[in-house]
Amino acid sequence: MKRSPAGTGENFGFSDAPSATATAAGGGSEAVMTYLEAISDALRTEMRRDPDVLVMGEDIAGSFGGAFKVTKGFEEEFGARRVINTPMCEQGFVGAANGMALMGLRPVVEMQFADFISTGFDAIVQYAAPNHYRWGAPVPWVIRAPSDGGIRSGPFHSQNPEAWFVHTPGLKVVAPSTPADAKGLLISAIRDDNPVIYFEAKPLYRSIRGEVPSGEHTTPIGKASIVREGTELTVVTYGSIVHQSLAAADRLAGEVSVEIVDLRTLKPLDTGTVLASVRKTGRAVVVHAANRLAGVGAEIAALLAEEAFEYLDAPVARLGGLDTPVPFSPPLEDAYRPDQAKITEAIRRTARF
Amino acid sequence: MLSDALLHLYRLMMRIRVFEEKVQELHKLGRLPGFVHVYLGEEAVAVGACSVLRRTDHITSTHRGHGHCIAKGADVAPMMAELFGKADGYCKGKGGSMHIIDTSLGILGANGIVGGGIPMAAGAGLADTVLGRDGVTVCFFGDGAANQGVLLEALNLSAIWKLPVVYLCESNHYMEFTPTADLTAGRIYRRAEPFGIPGVEVDGNDVLEVRRAAAEAVDRARRGEGPTLIEAVTYRFAGHSEGEEAFVSAYRTEEEVESWKARDPVTCFRERLLAELPDRASELDDIDDAEQASVEAAVRFAEAAPFPPPGQALEHVFAEAGA
Repeated sequence: MKRSPAGTGENFGFSDAPSATATAAGGGSEAVMTYLEAISDALRTEMRRDPDVLVMGEDIAGSFGGAFKVTKGFEEEFGARRVINTPMCEQGFVGAANGMALMGLRPVVEMQFADFISTGFDAIVQYAAPNHYRWGAPVPWVIRAPSDGGIRSGPFHSQNPEAWFVHTPGLKVVAPSTPADAKGLLISAIRDDNPVIYFEAKPLYRSIRGEVPSGEHTTPIGKASIVREGTELTVVTYGSIVHQSLAAADRLAGEVSVEIVDLRTLKPLDTGTVLASVRKTGRAVVVHAANRLAGVGAEIAALLAEEAFEYLDAPVARLGGLDTPVPFSPPLEDAYRPDQAKITEAIRRTARF
Repeated sequence: MLSDALLHLYRLMMRIRVFEEKVQELHKLGRLPGFVHVYLGEEAVAVGACSVLRRTDHITSTHRGHGHCIAKGADVAPMMAELFGKADGYCKGKGGSMHIIDTSLGILGANGIVGGGIPMAAGAGLADTVLGRDGVTVCFFGDGAANQGVLLEALNLSAIWKLPVVYLCESNHYMEFTPTADLTAGRIYRRAEPFGIPGVEVDGNDVLEVRRAAAEAVDRARRGEGPTLIEAVTYRFAGHSEGEEAFVSAYRTEEEVESWKARDPVTCFRERLLAELPDRASELDDIDDAEQASVEAAVRFAEAAPFPPPGQALEHVFAEAGA
């Protein structure tokens, strides 16, 4: 997989960039795709396979194909009944997705931006999440939530609200960092009988390309991935920050041997992979773009304190966004976000402890 | 209507009546844990509306949902067991009174938060539309829920897509402990008008009036002509929740309650049947006895059922693959 240099997300926006078109049926081959094309490919693959899968969201139909063009051309192929343009009423259409899922359909709901998910919060946390527990009735939907910042989009178009949902029993939460996992996790999410919130990182949309298996490629939900092997320190991360962490580890090559765990799924958490890595290296830096307080990193740090205490040679370092709204002005947003330099510094500090 | 069908309406109303009176009694005796909200006084709404539905049609229900579920065919024994928190309840004891569901009967579940079922009903209607089926969904909600913004979202979705959904507002005059009129602008049924869909008001204490209005709305929905908003004006005989007198002072006058009890939907319908079908009077008594006996049997079933073992608290958070 190739990564673009710093300044990810340069193609972000409402520009009419080409979206995925090549989807080979059957397995075996691979294609190089952007992260965004891989998402589109996953949706197409599943909609071709299963007539119960449909997509719904704001501006997703017709030639527009959604704010980020993920569903461009979908209405033409799948028809208006399966590519449903909704008004701006997240509680209404996520609530409707709950009803559709109860009736046996598998809606994939596009939040235009993850930030807007709060408008549909009730339908997610009160109805979708506990329905299997309280009713025995599965809710097999997926919400695609374009999240994350670093792209100068300000307080309401840059958020990483995954911790709200990780905290809610009954939801699964995934956050891919590569095109292959973007496809594989989306297909797995669609096939899962539970409500899955799929956080796709906007800064990765068109800034990274990678090999993506053709056809029905799945990435198991609940399995982390070691994306870089090392022996002296473990970075636990996910989403766009995986790439910042890889860059930091490359920069420190010869100084600290860094292993990087890409969580991929935030719930259910692959505690086994995290614990095995940290028990091996004895040091851990946990980092994500979401703000730090009570974030996923806090849960990882608690896990390490509870289950790997005697293996630790240094306190667990925890990096995240500032505990503020996401600021707009570039120098302020840079101050807000963890980046390669901050991760490098945290790794050095933890390695030297 | 055929006399057998009239007697069946009476039977279902009586089933709700005796079930709810038993629930009140059990709650007073401290034999039921938690909150319960009974449907006494509103029986004609659920029974009238569900009487025009097919088994394959759907309903969504509310925190005051026992009547809806019974009217759509739910079995009083697992219902009662659920109220007791027992393993043989509809939700294995995980939900309780406000969460009864039986999708095999088209009951898409009761919801303990006001307005929760409203968008799900739109989704059920959208699912029938997407799947090319001719099913209809009736969405029960109360006058309190009418002030949730999601009602307007759902009415809009249903109107633009001509969804086969009947929004049935049970206006029982109180939003928990506050008179609806104090905090509600305009009339609820008139909220249909700006969406270009029919909005009608019916006497919610007259089962045949509710049935007539529901039939019209359901037929229209099934023909693909879209949703209807019905406001059934009725009254809650009991409080918002059982035992509330312990923490709330009287917020309704006795005269008001008595004036509505004089229009009791169950006894009024009984009197009407006695007048119109005098030769079947004894059958009404038989129905009363049979329903009383079945609710007593439901209580015995619920009491005999085991509690779920504590280990089950951790189960069913997620549906297993292929479930």
